[in-house]
Amino acid sequence: MSSTMHMHGGIGESIKRKEDARFLRGKGNYVDDFVLPNMSHMAILRSPHAHARIKSIDTAAASAKPGVIAVVTGELMAQHKLAWMPTMSGDTQAVLATDKVRFQGQEVAAVIAETKAQAEDARDLIMVDYEILAAVTSPDGAKAEGAALIRDDKEGQKDNHIYHWESGDQATTQAAFAKAHKVVRLHTFYPRCHPAPLETCGCIADVNPVTGKATIYMTSQAPHAIRTVFALVTGLPEQQIRIISPDLGGGFGNKVPVYPGYVVATAASLLLGRPVKWIEDRNENLISTGFARDYHMTGDLAVDKDGKMLALRVHLDSDNGAFFADAQPSKFKAGLFHIVTGSYDIPTAHVTADGYYTNKAPGGVAYRCSFRVTEASYLIERLVSNAAFELGMDQAEFRKKNFIQPEQFPYTSATGWVYDSGDYPKAMDVALDKLGYDELKKDVQARRKKGEVTGIGIASFTEVVGAGHGAEFDILGLRMFDSAELRVHPTGKAILKLGVKSQGQGHETTFAQIVAEELGIPAQDVIVEEGDTDHTPYGLGTYASRSTPVAGAATAMVSRKLREKARKLAAHLLEAAEEDLVWERGKFYVKGSPERSKTIQEAAFAAYTNLPEGMEPGLEGVTYYDPPNMTFPFGTYAVVVDIDKGTGQVKVKRMVAVDDCGVRINPMIVEGQIQGGLTEGYGIAFMQLITFDAEGNCIGSNFMDYLIPGAWETPKFEIGETTTPSPHHPLGAKGVGESPTVGSPAAYVNAVIDALSPYGITNIDMPVTSDKVWAALRSKGVTE
Amino acid sequence: MVPAAFDYRAPSTLEEALSILKQRGDDAKVMAGGQSLIPLLKLRFSQPALVVDIGRLPGMADIKRENGHVRIGALARHVDAEQSKELAKLLPMMVEAVHWIADPLVRNRGTVAGSICHADPSGDWGSVMLALDAELVARSSSGERVIRADSFFQGPFTTTLRPDEIVTEIRIPLPSGRAGGSYHKLERKVGDFATVAVAVQVEFDGHKVKKAGIGLTAVGATNIKATQAEKALVGHELKDDVIAEAARLAAAAAEPKDDNRGTAAYKKDVVRVFVQRGLKAALARAQEVKA
Amino acid sequence: MKVTMRVNGTERSGNVEPRVLLVDYLRSNLALTGTHVGCDTSSCGACTVLLDGEPVKSCTLLAVQVEGREIKTVEGIAQGGALAPIQVGFHEEHGLQCGFCTPGMMLVGAALLERNPNPTDDEIRWAISGNICRCTGYVNIVKAVQHAAKLTSGKEAAAVAGGTE
Repeated sequence: MSSTMHMHGGIGESIKRKEDARFLRGKGNYVDDFVLPNMSHMAILRSPHAHARIKSIDTAAASAKPGVIAVVTGELMAQHKLAWMPTMSGDTQAVLATDKVRFQGQEVAAVIAETKAQAEDARDLIMVDYEILAAVTSPDGAKAEGAALIRDDKEGQKDNHIYHWESGDQATTQAAFAKAHKVVRLHTFYPRCHPAPLETCGCIADVNPVTGKATIYMTSQAPHAIRTVFALVTGLPEQQIRIISPDLGGGFGNKVPVYPGYVVATAASLLLGRPVKWIEDRNENLISTGFARDYHMTGDLAVDKDGKMLALRVHLDSDNGAFFADAQPSKFKAGLFHIVTGSYDIPTAHVTADGYYTNKAPGGVAYRCSFRVTEASYLIERLVSNAAFELGMDQAEFRKKNFIQPEQFPYTSATGWVYDSGDYPKAMDVALDKLGYDELKKDVQARRKKGEVTGIGIASFTEVVGAGHGAEFDILGLRMFDSAELRVHPTGKAILKLGVKSQGQGHETTFAQIVAEELGIPAQDVIVEEGDTDHTPYGLGTYASRSTPVAGAATAMVSRKLREKARKLAAHLLEAAEEDLVWERGKFYVKGSPERSKTIQEAAFAAYTNLPEGMEPGLEGVTYYDPPNMTFPFGTYAVVVDIDKGTGQVKVKRMVAVDDCGVRINPMIVEGQIQGGLTEGYGIAFMQLITFDAEGNCIGSNFMDYLIPGAWETPKFEIGETTTPSPHHPLGAKGVGESPTVGSPAAYVNAVIDALSPYGITNIDMPVTSDKVWAALRSKGVTE
Repeated sequence: MVPAAFDYRAPSTLEEALSILKQRGDDAKVMAGGQSLIPLLKLRFSQPALVVDIGRLPGMADIKRENGHVRIGALARHVDAEQSKELAKLLPMMVEAVHWIADPLVRNRGTVAGSICHADPSGDWGSVMLALDAELVARSSSGERVIRADSFFQGPFTTTLRPDEIVTEIRIPLPSGRAGGSYHKLERKVGDFATVAVAVQVEFDGHKVKKAGIGLTAVGATNIKATQAEKALVGHELKDDVIAEAARLAAAAAEPKDDNRGTAAYKKDVVRVFVQRGLKAALARAQEVKA
Repeated sequence: MKVTMRVNGTERSGNVEPRVLLVDYLRSNLALTGTHVGCDTSSCGACTVLLDGEPVKSCTLLAVQVEGREIKTVEGIAQGGALAPIQVGFHEEHGLQCGFCTPGMMLVGAALLERNPNPTDDEIRWAISGNICRCTGYVNIVKAVQHAAKLTSGKEAAAVAGGTE
């Protein structure tokens, strides 16, 4: 079907995707597409209030409605010890509220009925009597004298503070600041936004009353980890739980956590003996599921008189919502934020972080953030651009002057990261060249003289992905290795099963390409399976750009394992010594006699038909890969904007993006990831916002208020690349999916600030909406 | 988001439709394209007992010139206005405005009349009709009346249309002599409601303004006709100072609220900027028209 | 009440409450799950179908409104077993990642090519401006439609030249 079907499909080839057929024909298998016999439907009643005590819940009228099978409240869940569940950050989260509701949109009750319409009709009749309490809507509000105590359910919790976390060296950093020639400060708020995959979250829970086996179709980026969590939470034995994550309509981190809806649906199915389907509405998705960001950050950068960076100090207050449910490695309360020294050779740094409960949905780590790297990258790149301006230095020159140089790798940062590889000056040069930077600067100056408002923004990010080495990276104790199981059939075709789970990243193609490269079987002949926990090896899932670094490595390693066995088989067939065989992708030949060769297919056939004495039949293996380190993709992005003085509207005229993610398995797919991420970054920079009023009412819980860029708004991108392989990854590859969302928001905002800098404006927090730009210009007397 | 249950009738004649409304108009909603009503039904913000679907009534989708006005039938869709050669020739400001309405998919279903009757103060057609001094023909089983646009809008989503009436057509008087207009809209993305929008239509007698219409979107409890600004233009040439004064008056007539799209002060200033731009564009376009 | 419509060329009848949305009728009653639901406010276009050849949001239509009319869904795009040009275009240009917005995008693209056989980048972006994609950034979707345009005009040129049907 594809123009690339004839290609072998090894690494570096842009073969067309193997998974496309079903999506093109409308035969994708998303959770809501499944219909099980005797399936019922669930609708969740949610709290209209941000903070309120529940005085009573009356379900009588709801229960009496036609088609209603059951109405479930927190009280019923509590009887089965399921009213609360553990979060991925060591806290507990309400499944259905019992004592209080703690955020607008929190789950209070659920109706299970024969049809979705009947469930929604009955839901309208549930009567909840609330006593409204004062709402906390920010970390400042959480800290304030007399602030309402949100987590009065937690023993020993006296206030709304969750954690304090530090990284780096306070004393050395303080000393460096004391000697600094100049200190530049930026206080900035990275607002709450939401991954909003086009398919919302949902599940079909099917606990078979005869066998006791629970089969749960679930929108999950991490099905194995979820299975283990379910076993611990529900008490169902783990071998009796099967999570099937089928086709996912996007994830972006939104589909990592365990949501109350999944637990209620499973409990309901267990109690009722029927499958229960729950698919959330968009409103539910935006108001209650894993949001992103909501970090209040203050960064100080110390520089010497020559513009060399001496030290970085950052404090952040994190708004975590009502339950600390960040989906992140357990040892890191602020994710991997301490990558915040970024691409720069900063000798010392100190980072402090405090997390707070607020009356908002729980979460924070999501949305292509690489575990809070997006926040860190935003802070450092905004701070660096502001510093350049304050020092009177060109923003590119200031960066280049302070870049970690290629010869310094592997580089240990002031907060303990060991960067594997990088060539930051090269990526910068490629970007500036694409931009035509020198000419462009002249053009900007000329247009400014005519009174136009125009600017150039740059961001040179380094991020960290591929979680991760088991000793440092675990989720609820489960180490963050990943896995690949490969089996070659007698006719030389293969099946590869993975512990990760694509939500559109093209794994059915790219992972087949790894096998094609390492084992020589054409990509067309390798089928890739993910997402069914009964049929795939244990893995920690796909998020934080970890699939290629970890499961990709596992795939390469297991392919090599099989290649070694194939060598033995080929030697047997050729009656030669193993050491005398040369491997040329897809075949072994005898050194010096290339006509004496055996293909991988012939070796595979032999594994079932003609083995050396004592050799175990079959050609298969499984590798669980514990990465030795993270990988550090990087790049330089540059944006040019024009601003309408009359309305404050910002138009992105150009967006240049140069990425380096090491070796690219499928360049077409990598570029697709980058284009998508740059678009999300654009939305985050200019239009996406979830905000709350003083009562804690959520504004941004539908697509009329929470704005996603469409094709007309989205800029056209100019994409470039450099390639600096990872020295420790078997394929030299790094992750890439999140680089564009990590690096681009600062590039967009830096362009706006650059455009406004002639008027003395140094910051506008995201989203940089037209009214904010207008207000900034007006405050300096600029008008149309 | 399944709508609450409702009765549904799809009359095949206007008489039948009007008869149904005579009996049940008080708890019924009339639906043409449904692009405003169905979203409300889905969110259960609207729970009428009866939906009367007038989408099958024959002969009501035309857009044509008649006796000194353009007639837009009740079922003419936004896309019909977008593609109408008559409008492009006679009232190009309307064609400019329609490009700003919702998105291409909604424009394939939603109707001009339906949108006006929905009376969302952020709706674009309302301002266009005010600027063009349009009239709405309302029929009930007891007869017909003509409602001027500036007497139609009472409050948010509230009009002077009675529960037993259906708007069957919109009549827009044709400009006499050289005329030009424009529609400026500030929206955060395609499909968003306006932060601010301004409809301008000016008719000239020589270089002087003979008639001016200015309609404001999303800056009040209804679409607003900026009558003071209009009056200040009549009899004058559109020089910079005249334009600036009209823009100032239009901004003063706006009554926007602070919200996520911006402060009231911001919106008022954008009204001013858009009226300036709008008048300049109207002038330029009038000068292109062959007298 | 009874409703009858032509779906992908075949007459289909069903019995539905008036409140049933067209998208739910297609997905549940007709088991055509290729049309998707992505939002509650008619904002995303994941539910796009063709109504008498014009793209509309099937979540903002009642099934009963479509009585007697013609609907095309993604399942009706392929011509027999072979993929239609729009589908080939999306495949060859990597115009899809998760696939959730893809049915709507392809239908809008195909409808555009019926009216405008050689659209520009901006004309395509304008036509799909009511359809949200979270994965692709739209770049390859635009290329996909242009690829389909070339295939279609190439086919037509070949047909004219070779006198084929």
